[in-house]
Amino acid sequence: MRMPVRVDGSALRDSKWSQYALRFLFGGIVTAIAGLVAQHYGPVIAGLLLAFPAIFPASATLIEKHEKQQKEKHGMSGTVRGRQAASVDAAGSAMGSLGLLVFAVIIWQFLPEHSAGAVLSIATLAWAVVSVSVWQLRKRRIGGSRGRRVGYSCLKLIIAMILASKMAD
Amino acid sequence: MIQILIRFLVGGAVVSLFALIADVLKPKSFAGLFGAAPSVALATLALTMATKGASYAAVEARSMIAGAIAFFIFASLVSWILMRYPFRALWVTLGAMPVWFVVAFGLWSVALK
Repeated sequence: MRMPVRVDGSALRDSKWSQYALRFLFGGIVTAIAGLVAQHYGPVIAGLLLAFPAIFPASATLIEKHEKQQKEKHGMSGTVRGRQAASVDAAGSAMGSLGLLVFAVIIWQFLPEHSAGAVLSIATLAWAVVSVSVWQLRKRRIGGSRGRRVGYSCLKLIIAMILASKMAD
Repeated sequence: MIQILIRFLVGGAVVSLFALIADVLKPKSFAGLFGAAPSVALATLALTMATKGASYAAVEARSMIAGAIAFFIFASLVSWILMRYPFRALWVTLGAMPVWFVVAFGLWSVALK
């Protein structure tokens, strides 16, 4: 069964402010650490942290707890349901990370020569377009081995670009 | 010190915004896309461009590619374990965190160092 994308505010009503404070804290700490690492070890190491799964454990725990509570409201055990929901959410994040990869490639390739605001906006838009496209392809079960081959080719191309830029340095 | 505090506040705000969007979206696999939103990257790169220039930020973005590949492997592994084994999400995500570090720093040592 194909579920349409929709907005559902029930998770907001059931969540405590401390859960959001925790995610604010983790996000803030990682951003601050990235700055400190850049100061002490330079931008090459600090850049790795820009794709660090900072709030992933907090979010996964929140989803697991929310889905478990929903199921238990109906008198059923929600342990398995909670875990499966966290698994599905993680699969979505894996798809989103492909968008994150494209985001980074666009910034790396276009930033020094073009307007910073425009490059950041286009890269963010590209993240959204790539992530949603991968999600839709996965949902419609389009791709399969051919899709994987295209994915591996793109990955090889990106690694070749990095190695070429390293040699140019 | 003030710059670190600004980074903390901006980073926390951007990350929270994307997390809020993820919380209200269904189905879960779609909401999960926002778990890999460029939230820390947007906050960091915008502040880096303002203080150290675009070339410096571009170098960070090049390293971010390795971090994103590590994120993909980390999230795929977490999803796979949670679907097959009866472990709590918190322990699986924390337990898989070293995988992110190994892949990210492994790629750094091979291709970026």
